[in-house]
Order: sequence, then C-alpha cells, then structure tokens
Amino acid sequence: MILTELQVAKSTFEAGTGWAITPDGACKDEICVPLPDDARASRGRLDVSVIAGRLGMPLVHDEGHGVWALGPETTVTGRALTTARAPELELPDFDGNPFRLSSLLGQKVLLVAWASW
Amino acid sequence: MWQALRERLHPSGLEIVTVALDVDPEAARPFVEAAAAQHPSLIDRAHLTDERFGFVNVPNGVWIDEAGMIVRPAEPVFPGHNPVLQSFRKIDLTTLEPEAAEMLREARKITSDPDGYLAMIEDWAEHGAQSRYVLSPDEVLRRAAPRGVDEAIAAAHFELGEHLHRAGDHAAAIPHWREAHRRFPSNWTYKRQAWELEDPARQGRTDAYDSSWFEDIKKIGAENYYPPVVP
Repeated sequence: MILTELQVAKSTFEAGTGWAITPDGACKDEICVPLPDDARASRGRLDVSVIAGRLGMPLVHDEGHGVWALGPETTVTGRALTTARAPELELPDFDGNPFRLSSLLGQKVLLVAWASW
Repeated sequence: MWQALRERLHPSGLEIVTVALDVDPEAARPFVEAAAAQHPSLIDRAHLTDERFGFVNVPNGVWIDEAGMIVRPAEPVFPGHNPVLQSFRKIDLTTLEPEAAEMLREARKITSDPDGYLAMIEDWAEHGAQSRYVLSPDEVLRRAAPRGVDEAIAAAHFELGEHLHRAGDHAAAIPHWREAHRRFPSNWTYKRQAWELEDPARQGRTDAYDSSWFEDIKKIGAENYYPPVVP
C-alpha cells in the first residue's frame, strides 16, 4: 500500500494490507501475531513501521516524492499465501465502480489475471 | 475466450473474475469492450493481485470455493488454445528479419496444455469440493510460491513505481521497476509491463532496463515460461 505518512488510521491499514488489528495483535484468518505496545500511536493511529517489522513487511521509500510503499508480509509462512482463505481484493471495473471479491461468497470463483501487453 | 467458458460453466455455480494487470487501463479497455464480458472485469494498475495471490505471469489464476477458501493456488490457466501462440506456428520464418525469426523460434517453444486445464475446471464446476483437483488448505500453502524478503521488496517497489508513473513522473518510476526486476526476476508481470511501456512492439532492450523479453526468456528457456500445471 502507498503511504504518505507512517502513522495511519486502523481502517486504512486494514484495507490496505488485509490484516485486522485486534486486541490479540495483527490477525489474518486464524493467524494472530502479537504486537508490541508501541504499535499503537497516539489518537488511535497505528505505527506502520512497528507493525511492518513484526510481520516482515518491507517499507520502501522514495525520498524525492515523500512516499512509501508497504510490501506484503514475509515472516508468517514465507510463502505468497499466509492462509488458504482468499484475501479480500477490491478493485475497480472499467467504469470505475469498486468491486469486492468477497461479494461472490457462495459461488465457485476462478480469478484470472491477464494483461494487454 | 473467458466469456465463452463463463457462459458454459456459470449454470454450475462458477463465476469468473478477470483482472487486467495494466498500469494504463486504456490499453486494456479495447479487449474488455470486444469481449463484452458478463462476469466482473477489473483493472489492477499496481499489479496488487501479484502480491495478494502470488501471480507471476499472465494468464495466471486461482480457484476459490463457495466458502472463500483457495482450493488451487496461483498457476497458469488457459481457457482454450491461445490464438496468439497458434498464429506463431503458421508464420514462415524465412520471410522474417533474422532477429524477429529468432524471437519467434524461441516463442514457439512456449508450452501450455489448454485441453488438460479445461478438463480440470469442468470437473470442478461439476463436482465442487469432490473434484479430484481441489486441494486441501495445507496443500494450497505448500504449493504457494515462496515469498522471501526480496520478493516482498520487489512488490513494494513495483507499487511505488506505478504510483509515481500515475502521478506523471514516469522517469521516477524506472529505478523502482528496475529494482523490482532485480529482486524478483521470475515475476514476468513486473518486467513485461515495464518493457512494454518503453518498447510496445517488442518489449526489447532499451536504455531504461538491462533486460528484455527475448534476453530473459532465452535465459530460462521458453519451454519453462509456463510451468506445467500439476493436477
């Protein structure tokens, strides 16, 4: 996810990473990784760099533009999937309408990536 | 092609979702409009589905069951015989410039098994959880591609590059995309996207990158471009 600051609202972090921040820590499906106290910053915000460190998420910075990109977790399974539960995916269609993969619960889904190039 | 398959299998409770990995939606739009798909057809400018699902090339796909569980992780997926690959076989190489002929000779080695894949997806549509191609959660995780620090850093660099490109600073995107390629050389979506923006005709060598489609595919052998699907 793209960040312009390293303290963000809980909902922003959750939507951008698929990890829920709960009293048990950072959770995805049945997996919870405990977080240190300093993961929670002031005014209900989260310290992204602390959580990124716990989950093995890289933070890449572009100094010239003052933005960061937070990469995916690496320390839980060491694989592209952390659990077999499909992660949420919200992307726009070609008219700009947002679509959530979870809206298809109850159907079998073949999710396919293609490209023009 | 996906639309025809979807029409056939949708009555069995199977939906198809196609995601275009394109930093420029307008490049993908003509294909979407020509297909007139009835299924959700989405655009993923930052290739986020790569990091969420482990895609490294196109076409790649995953199967997700009614409960939202992945029952087959990322793998090459084929809705039928690829007309582009088939057209490669009909061209007379002696009519081409030597460089183009060499590229095509290599591209002809790309292998796929659309008949085998169609049989698998039809079996799943019909038998659901009882299909012999449905994998357990443990097997799904075991088959999911390894993701270490390099692959995760590559994903962040690709996303950052796309963000800067979209903001109008294409030159600033290039070092991030170069780094994504260096860290995760087996991810073809990061590479082909970047090469294509510099050289749409051939994805050839340009000053922007120390690589090209032809050079990189020769390194691995085109026959390994799509790994075989393990039932």
